[in-house]
Amino acid sequence: MKDRDQIAERLAAVGYIADGELATAISLMQLLKRPLLLEGAAGVGKTEVAKALASVHATKLIRLQCYEGLDQSAALYEWNYQRQLLAIQAHRGASADDIEDQIFSEKYLLERPLLAAIRRSKPPVLLIDEIDRADDEFEAFLLELLSDFQVSIPELGTISAITIPHVILTSNGTRELSDALRRRCLYHYVDYPDVDREARIIMARINGAGPSLALQIAGMVENIRKEDLRKVPGVAETLDWAAALVGLDIRDLHDRPEIVHETLMCLLKTHEDKARFKPEVTARLLGKVA
Amino acid sequence: MSCCGAPSSFDDVNEVSRLVTGKLAAFLATLRDNAFAVGLKEGEDAATLIAAGYAEKPGLLRSAFKHLFSARKADWEKFDGIFDAFWLGRRAKSRSLTMGSTKAANSPSLKSLPNKDADRPGSESVSDQIPSVEDAPEQRSGEGRMEGASRADNLTEVDFRKMAEPEQVEQAHAAAARLAKAMRTRLTRRDLARRRGYRLDLRRTIHANVSHGGVPIKLVKRQRKDKPLRLVVLLDASGSMSMYTGVFVRFIHGVLDEFREAEAFLFHTRLAHVSAAMKEKDPTRALDRLSIMAQGAGGGTKIGECLLTFNRGHAARVIHSRTCVMIVSDGYETGDAMLLGREMATLAKRCRRIVWLNPMMGWDGYAPEAAGIKAALPHVDLYAPANTLKSLTELEPYLAKL
Repeated sequence: MKDRDQIAERLAAVGYIADGELATAISLMQLLKRPLLLEGAAGVGKTEVAKALASVHATKLIRLQCYEGLDQSAALYEWNYQRQLLAIQAHRGASADDIEDQIFSEKYLLERPLLAAIRRSKPPVLLIDEIDRADDEFEAFLLELLSDFQVSIPELGTISAITIPHVILTSNGTRELSDALRRRCLYHYVDYPDVDREARIIMARINGAGPSLALQIAGMVENIRKEDLRKVPGVAETLDWAAALVGLDIRDLHDRPEIVHETLMCLLKTHEDKARFKPEVTARLLGKVA
Repeated sequence: MSCCGAPSSFDDVNEVSRLVTGKLAAFLATLRDNAFAVGLKEGEDAATLIAAGYAEKPGLLRSAFKHLFSARKADWEKFDGIFDAFWLGRRAKSRSLTMGSTKAANSPSLKSLPNKDADRPGSESVSDQIPSVEDAPEQRSGEGRMEGASRADNLTEVDFRKMAEPEQVEQAHAAAARLAKAMRTRLTRRDLARRRGYRLDLRRTIHANVSHGGVPIKLVKRQRKDKPLRLVVLLDASGSMSMYTGVFVRFIHGVLDEFREAEAFLFHTRLAHVSAAMKEKDPTRALDRLSIMAQGAGGGTKIGECLLTFNRGHAARVIHSRTCVMIVSDGYETGDAMLLGREMATLAKRCRRIVWLNPMMGWDGYAPEAAGIKAALPHVDLYAPANTLKSLTELEPYLAKL
């Protein structure tokens, strides 16, 4: 489909190198008006999809970072209690009803990400990040919001969406999400990119990384991922490493193997992994890289 | 092939020919047969996609359908095979849920799973002292949902033979449920006792005190949410455990019923995630799924390797800070006992408690001499026997102390 190729091109223009399947997913998201659930290991670039999509549409990215105990008031709206208390003091003597009308009005309403997302005139990209960290109850609440795109605030009534945001949910798979949520979303599993794509990502993101170095870095990272590691490096780590190598003026990994070894800290994030990677291991993996 | 009312939902899509609609409906049914959660909305959306011109390019249609119909990684991985088999007439590669090995995934028909491991050259023979399992699951009729799992019952003649009687089965199920309930309530009680210092819920406090002119006379406190205890059961289904597998499968079933959050795994030389199969209501499908997972059962046990697979592939998802891991095994390790020790240490760091139930412990004169159990024990919080119904019930007070 033309649509899909265009999306891939436009994402590439803002620095996100998407594979064909992801581009299809995004075109479907627009066609079917469904949220997109991205699942995959940490660091494969799930959150980046939302950022890139916001750039493509030249719209605002509204991000809701989920965590255990996240509740409606932090996600949807909150009243400005301090100002409400002040107003109550200032209107001392007025009837309770009047005060109530006064303090539960727009003026004292604090928008949180979800409310903000449905009240914008231009559809924003709503990123609900790491939904698997939130509790089941929150997930259930989200279900309602995502299907109807309206919320009810007891004091104000129902607020319907002005525009439907582009919704992207991400999950690292730390908790099994409910079937109900999954069924409302399109699903895309984000895997580590292959060498070619990772090299293109490096070139798109890191100034000064030429094609041959980018390919070497991507090849090396792929080899490292195949090793028995506790924490497999993600794309973000690859980019850190590439930036470090470019910063150290490395043009070819084979020129300075000792620097390659020393900078592996950008990729290896646990003591165990670090200890496993002796210089010989680095040399062996480097040997496999053209 | 049935297709739960899908055609009526496509009426408004005029572009889709009757033929394509019929084929699509059949495809949805195929997906449902393969445990995809596909509803009417997905069917409508699929018709929309076909009408929008996706059908002209099979590759694109496959990719679009994959996003639409998959809901989890397992679906994602098997979708292409199912799509190709259905629409392009290619042979599906896999429907297996078995983790940690690709060998099982190559078998084309998953219902026909006799103990192929035994025929395969280089496969392990039963190395423990317990008689081996020889029957194939399909030799027995699939009248009950647990039948497929317990290849063991009609093979073993000793301890749990009586469990085949309905009332005994009922009793085991009830004991398991009671056990699970005890653990859950006890843990909740401890949690309540520990909790102090609720935060004020300002929103509700102010709302409640508007009539007092904003003076906070009535304080509303924030309720802390309970995070339920999660139980992860790892059941050894190897040859040496064959006499007990049947009973414990029922036990796990009871546990899964009782706990809102519970996960179950079977292991022998590989690890299989069986929670979904255990919750399966359709008996034929349950039989089908469990028989896949029981493949390889009756051989040796690679507890260490299975734990490694678990720690790598599942732990992050199924274990949180309030998780109790229950391992049901005799600890006869045919793999590397050192690895078992290491993986137990990793697991112990992750979860709150590890309970190890060993049916052999109830035997007279049994001592944990096997290398596997020796390596594992330092990391175990509770080590208890579980060879009879009584011993299972006696676990209750132990588990309550967790």
